[in-house]
Amino acid sequence: MGNDPSYTNQKFKVIGSRVQRPDGVDKVTGRARYGADYNAPGQLVGLFLRSPHAHARILKISTSRAEKLSGVKAIITSADLPDLTNGDNAARDILENCMARGRALYDGHAVAAVAAVDEQTAKKALKLIKVTYEVLPHVTDVDEAMKPEAPVIHEDMYTAGIEPRPTKPSNLYNVAEFGHGDVEAGFAEADLIVEKSYKTEQTHQGYIEPHACVASVNPDGTGELWVTTQGHFTYRSVCASLLGMDIAKLKVTSSEIGGGFGGKTHVWIEPITLALSRKANRPVKAVMSREEVFRASGPTSSTSIDIKIGAKKDGTVTAAFAALRYQGGAFRGAIPGMPWAMIGAMTSFACYNLANVKSVGYDVVVNRPKVAAYRAPSAPMIAFAVESTMDMVAKELGMDPVDFRIRNAAREGTRACYGPVYGPIGIGATLEAVKNHPHMRARLKKNQGRGMACGFWFNFGGQTCTDLNIATDGSVTLTVGTIDVGGSRASLSLIAAEELGIPYEQVKAHIADTGSLGHNDTTEGSRGTFSSGMAAIFAARQAIGVLRERAAIMWNIPVEDVAWEAGSAKAIGSKHRKLKPLSLAEIAAASPTTGGPIAGHNESVPDNAGVSFASHICDVEVDPETGGTRVIRYTVVQDAGKAIHPTYVEGQMQGGAAQGIGWALNEEYIYGEDGRLQNPGFLDYRIPVCSDLPFIDTQILEIPNPNHPYGVRGVGETSIVPPLAAIGNAISNAVGVRMNHVPMSPPRILKALEQLDAT
Amino acid sequence: MPLVKVSYMSSLRSALGGAESLEIEATTLRQLMSKLLAKYPRLQKHLDEGIALAVNGEIYRDNWDVEIREGTEVYLMPRIQGG
Repeated sequence: MGNDPSYTNQKFKVIGSRVQRPDGVDKVTGRARYGADYNAPGQLVGLFLRSPHAHARILKISTSRAEKLSGVKAIITSADLPDLTNGDNAARDILENCMARGRALYDGHAVAAVAAVDEQTAKKALKLIKVTYEVLPHVTDVDEAMKPEAPVIHEDMYTAGIEPRPTKPSNLYNVAEFGHGDVEAGFAEADLIVEKSYKTEQTHQGYIEPHACVASVNPDGTGELWVTTQGHFTYRSVCASLLGMDIAKLKVTSSEIGGGFGGKTHVWIEPITLALSRKANRPVKAVMSREEVFRASGPTSSTSIDIKIGAKKDGTVTAAFAALRYQGGAFRGAIPGMPWAMIGAMTSFACYNLANVKSVGYDVVVNRPKVAAYRAPSAPMIAFAVESTMDMVAKELGMDPVDFRIRNAAREGTRACYGPVYGPIGIGATLEAVKNHPHMRARLKKNQGRGMACGFWFNFGGQTCTDLNIATDGSVTLTVGTIDVGGSRASLSLIAAEELGIPYEQVKAHIADTGSLGHNDTTEGSRGTFSSGMAAIFAARQAIGVLRERAAIMWNIPVEDVAWEAGSAKAIGSKHRKLKPLSLAEIAAASPTTGGPIAGHNESVPDNAGVSFASHICDVEVDPETGGTRVIRYTVVQDAGKAIHPTYVEGQMQGGAAQGIGWALNEEYIYGEDGRLQNPGFLDYRIPVCSDLPFIDTQILEIPNPNHPYGVRGVGETSIVPPLAAIGNAISNAVGVRMNHVPMSPPRILKALEQLDAT
Repeated sequence: MPLVKVSYMSSLRSALGGAESLEIEATTLRQLMSKLLAKYPRLQKHLDEGIALAVNGEIYRDNWDVEIREGTEVYLMPRIQGG
């Protein structure tokens, strides 16, 4: 007990039940307030002027005509934003991404912003701002950007991670290598070697709610920000540091979030909106249009990948190699020390037990928007390449693809491709579950095919701070600082109820503003329920300690003689047998006269959220006339740890699969020769809707995380990793073409079918 | 004091003297990192960019008060985040 995070294998009373979601009524009745639903008295409208060029030097910005327009209250350019980043390259990249400094680095890069009394005036003002550009050569393709003749985007960028340090700048900003053993010896040992190259196009998280905020900065230097975000404490720190404010003087309140998936872990319009408010001395509201979201928030990398896998005739993989080239947009990785290809390299062969493995990640800048995290960032693309090649090897060997993977699956004691040795893990269990799943035995028709693939993601914990307060009627408020992106308020309420021994309905979870709790890390890395859940357990246990003390006062007995059982204080020992148990509500009602409010609190840094594995099965039907592919059946099997609220866990597994299906079949940033994005809207950038998808079946494997009292591990990201490859493998089995370019859209499949016919 | 095997990703190799791994005596991750930094000051740059520590496969990004025992393998890896 106490604050020991070790798994205890306890019997649960409310954990695991499918209770009603606390935010459901508000959301379906329209009461829930999202970022754009906040308003402040006297607020102005903030709009952004964005570069129409992929790469251009900004020679001059003339704002004089706009400033004279009646109703314009403030205009911001980079001249209004002194560089306060003190040599912190990552912070300087954020500042420059929020507002171009001397050069526009991608189509959509903000060059100025206006605050005016209404939208019409703000739009007029944007038209009156004259920007003089010198258009520069651009590059948007990751392979083109690595060529010697490519325009160099940053003259001060020298490749890190290789020695000796290059003498010339280039667009290759980092090289990272992982692996062990001797891959050349491993390939020499192989009876069969398969090599294949792949490309995946850039996709967006596709969250329905655009970025939106209301900023208000007062003359005394204090400020408030109401915003849609996955991490309001992080937004506070970043905005305050960029604008020279004291962190504690900026209060950030998060709204309900209409999807984030990693895209709302980074700031975009928020620092500039605060700057507009500071300059105008009025609150300013800014809401991105959908076009702005596509052009100027943070999509995922487009990639180019080479895979080489060698195996013995018995199915043992003897060596595996991957070269990953990922573009990060116009800047280095979004997080310092976290380039995108490097993460891809780390996850590349994580599902497998390999004696000889090597993965090299090449991170590249191009003239595209700054890449942000997207659900298990960097993993789906490399999984597409690895899992497609694994299927090809299995086919060449004449082995069942599931058996081939089971033979090579990582297990406890395996050295992971990213370095450490695994403890207990669940990839083998997911593969066995796939092998035995009825889906694998269902009949297929003409032009239909079945594929499967595996996926891996790390999961993380992080800084967490939680309060639990008991009202005098016995109802409980749980105050957390991790944004609820996937149902954590329900899960955390269940956890608090379990610990206190009370009904779920007696607990209400809230997301606090940044002035009400200590720092909480952003909800990313599938950490919300893991981290705040652990903090909720410990806060509840602390509150139970207080409840026992208060019961002891009420009974006038030593606290050591008071136990907490099933939501009540019980006096233990024969001398107290006449004392009837005191319920939580009875103790709470007496609290004003026994010492005041009853509360628990916890601040902690939970780690070991537990790595997670998934194996997916997918059936598709391909129309050979159109190249159109329809997913007709889909099953997700995931090692999810203890499912606190199984419906939400299933929802995470289904949501990740749905996003992966869209990525696999349709979604794609399309750039023209001019370096401008051609499809910045949901009409031309097509995410799947309900009618595009079958019901996605799920199987939760509750393999407990040994480092959480309830066995919880991160859930939300792994399920987006396998779909690209599962669908690619299914298409191959349906119509005999091996797709190596995502999305596997109708034109690409038609072309592949035509090439197949020609051979 | 337990003798700990420290392994790391290849990009840290030059900052840690060039070997593939090393051994160091430490009772906690914090003590281990303190000793490493004292001996290999070039590690600081990588620490600033973000390093996580895997202890027998379990990843610690922030909690460096973890006790380590004789025979433990500590692996230095990037401090990555998710979506």
